[in-house]
Amino acid sequence: MTSERPKILTDKTHIPGIETFDVYRKNGGYSAVEKALKTMTPDEVVEEVKKSGVRGRGGAGFPMGMKWSFLAKPEGVPRYLVCNGDESEPGTFKDHWLMKTIPHLLIEGMIVSSYALGANTSYIYVRGELMYVVRILEKAIAEAKAAGFLGKNILGSGYDLELYVQPGGGAYICGEETALLESLEGKRGNPRNKPPFPAVKGLYQCPTVVNNVESIATTSWIVNNGGDAYAAIGIGRSTGTKLISASGHLKKPGVYEIPLGLPVQEFIYSDEWCGGIRDGHHLKAVVAGGSSVPILPAAMLLKTASGEDRLMSYESLSDGGFATGTMMGSGGFIAMDETACVVKNTWNFSRFYHHESCGQCSPCREGTGWMEKVLHRIEHGHGSMHDIDLLVDVAKKIEGNTICPLGDAAAWPVASAIRHFRDEFEWHITHPQEATRPGAIFKGHMELV
Amino acid sequence: MIETSDKPRIEFTPERLERAKELLTHYPEGRQKSALLPLLHLLQEQEGWTPTEGMDYIAELLGIQPIEVYEVATFYTMYHLEPVGKHVIEYCRTGPCMIMGGEEVYAHLKQKIGAQDGETSADQLFTIKPVECLAACGWGPCFQIREKYYTHLTIEKVDEIIDELRK
Amino acid sequence: MKVTIDNITIEVEPGTTILQAARKIGPEVAPPAMCYYEPLKASGGKCRACLVKVTAGSEKDPRPMPKLVPSCITQVQDGMIVENTVNEQVLETRKGIVEFLLLNHPLDCPICDQAGECHLQDFSFQHGVQQTRYEEERRTFEKQDLGPNIQLHMTRCILCYRCVFTADQITGNRVHGVLNRGDHAEISTYIEKAIDNDFSGNVIDVCPVGALTDKTYRFKNRVWFTKPVDAHCDCEKCSGKVTLWYRGDEVIRVTARKNQWGEVLEFICNTCRFERKNTADWTIEGPTKVARHSVISANKYGANKIVPEFARRLAASQYKDVHEGRDTSQLNIKQLPEERFKQLIPPAGESAVAGIRSIQNWADDK
Repeated sequence: MTSERPKILTDKTHIPGIETFDVYRKNGGYSAVEKALKTMTPDEVVEEVKKSGVRGRGGAGFPMGMKWSFLAKPEGVPRYLVCNGDESEPGTFKDHWLMKTIPHLLIEGMIVSSYALGANTSYIYVRGELMYVVRILEKAIAEAKAAGFLGKNILGSGYDLELYVQPGGGAYICGEETALLESLEGKRGNPRNKPPFPAVKGLYQCPTVVNNVESIATTSWIVNNGGDAYAAIGIGRSTGTKLISASGHLKKPGVYEIPLGLPVQEFIYSDEWCGGIRDGHHLKAVVAGGSSVPILPAAMLLKTASGEDRLMSYESLSDGGFATGTMMGSGGFIAMDETACVVKNTWNFSRFYHHESCGQCSPCREGTGWMEKVLHRIEHGHGSMHDIDLLVDVAKKIEGNTICPLGDAAAWPVASAIRHFRDEFEWHITHPQEATRPGAIFKGHMELV
Repeated sequence: MIETSDKPRIEFTPERLERAKELLTHYPEGRQKSALLPLLHLLQEQEGWTPTEGMDYIAELLGIQPIEVYEVATFYTMYHLEPVGKHVIEYCRTGPCMIMGGEEVYAHLKQKIGAQDGETSADQLFTIKPVECLAACGWGPCFQIREKYYTHLTIEKVDEIIDELRK
Repeated sequence: MKVTIDNITIEVEPGTTILQAARKIGPEVAPPAMCYYEPLKASGGKCRACLVKVTAGSEKDPRPMPKLVPSCITQVQDGMIVENTVNEQVLETRKGIVEFLLLNHPLDCPICDQAGECHLQDFSFQHGVQQTRYEEERRTFEKQDLGPNIQLHMTRCILCYRCVFTADQITGNRVHGVLNRGDHAEISTYIEKAIDNDFSGNVIDVCPVGALTDKTYRFKNRVWFTKPVDAHCDCEKCSGKVTLWYRGDEVIRVTARKNQWGEVLEFICNTCRFERKNTADWTIEGPTKVARHSVISANKYGANKIVPEFARRLAASQYKDVHEGRDTSQLNIKQLPEERFKQLIPPAGESAVAGIRSIQNWADDK
């Protein structure tokens, strides 16, 4: 069965030594660079990416080809491609895995993407905590350069590209593209007000495209096989495959490449993927796309409101809006069994957003801390019933009113947890002694699966 | 607020200065400030933390005001603004690691080392620093020491790691 | 190009922001601004106090914008329709912004030099609610001297970044900045350092709250007891155009001149600000124009004393609070008759303080 699944990013990852140039090259690596630079114009590459329908894999899911086509091309001004490897969204570790396992796939993607966009200097911004991955990438870049795939006049095509790895310093907010650019310019990672968008004024005020690691890694396959072949995989507007970072109470957590459209049920329970929930336990809730997307009770995740099987696709996961749906996000799939406390987890996520708020705009700076404190109070048995409504109201006042999406990302987990697990919050308030006992398990109405 | 005093000037060692100079070539003319984050990492690698004197030196190298360096160093969480132990244990306290039993494992870690969050052990060997998500959620609980990730932590595994580092 | 704000249409130059267009119409429709400061490049977009609803993006594309937009940095398009004071969502959001800004702000107005000319006071009075829902501890900082004449009281700061932009754009060689992040962010020099340059004092004028204050004026007086007078001198370093703040015959403070929006268009040097405190140093031009609704106008101008609007509203709101939401039947307090209430609101000519006192007396009598 496994062999029938399309593998775009993980077809070579099992090969020993694939992190080295020689092994990667022997296994067909860098053929996309050869094909693009020798036989295609930059616009043709852009066209294939457009045709593929691939959507940004960092979380927003914006069509990558369209993003590329927005890039301004004023005469005499350099353009930049920046790869976003600041993966920090709780629940997401696919880029980390991809970069350390097969660094050349990203580098190859960077070369063809830079060529398509007309960038002669490109950067891979990697979160600072992944310094060992920075070293891996630096080594891989040196190998690629020695083999003539980077530097001046690549493969005699006349195209020059310098590629650098830039480490961050520890800040989730730098995953936001304009904060990332600020950080890359050596500044505090404060997101910029938009417009102007990076496509017009990005790095060093020049036109810039910022793409996620997984998105860029995909481009080699698209160049080799064509956009149509890519678009043939997947379902509807969710084309191709997606790396899912599976974590939590699963039998086999890890990174999986799934064809978009795979039923959620199958992803969780099939031995081909996560293998089900750990022995003796049942699924209670899932955060399906990284910590910022709405948490869903198990039953609501498996079936849409209209009773259909929910699929791992952008459209199906968001079916029902926030009332009964969630989002694909970055593909950080966190499964929780009945031992997980939704209140505690919400507080934990809230603390994360409080800790990571850049502090630039007031709703996020003040609101994230406030929500964390109120949740801390409830979790520790000192909450009152109005605290729940207070949280809903504060989340509402943050959402949509901030400079960047961190405000929304902080508000959604809180609002959704209360929306779907209000009785568990109430239980913490009405039965504080029971709820704060170590190992306490809420046995409310919840439907476990 | 940190008191200034007449501490000796800090400079990069010759090898690190070479690396710093190489770093500066990564950016277009006039955009050398871009090297700030990597240079702060370099400073921390050399000194173990990021003392003010070192930040002033970086400001000089880049031709910027010292406050621009302080602003950046205090924004990001990886730069140690105070001296730390030989090994800084940065453990992930975020959701996915927590639900996989992180709290118990980390409580054991702190007890074993004899230091709480933000503290350094009496033997100056370990500093405990809670951090947010390390992007290793499927392999949690986890922590990082220097550039090495330690994943799938259990109480036994923590004992082994710490005993090894104490040797 | 044409833009309509709160049903009033105005013609503006391309590149004008919504906020600038609204200010052109007048203070009634101008959104509040806590971080935006027109003379400072790159200011704005942070406090979110000026969020407005764009119900039609432009003539060409009349779709509404999905989110509220910061009016200070959003440029108008031809045919744009904006709702500010007439939009419920905007007003509701603004209540939230006031609440957020006040979460960690100490309510120490009674001892704050900025009281009476504080933008946060105005903003919260106009757009906030009276109660707070915040029960947690507020963040606090030690006071810090930035040189001999400027004090930084970080606890009051709302992180508008204006003083940072001022240092960058007016003085050069910035030594203070924003350190740390999130709600721990603070304005500081990191290491003990004086801000030492001829124009450093301007950070006091741009500060919307009492976070940066003039030490030579510290605790000297309340702003509503002082008389502002425009004056100038022949200064080598700056325009020399200032406002002198008198208490009796004594100049107790010198500031740059502020426009209707509280913005300084001509920054002044430290010599003018801190050292020229004798009338003899100056050529007096005449009384500074102060808006009639300002608290600075209170208690002044003899027979034509005016009761600031805020005092009337304050008095009214104080009165309401006594009864609202309480079961007064048990307390044997009779509903105050409408006419009596009207008597309590001071008629034109009486001061606000008198009005509040009369409410107090009434309460005491009961």
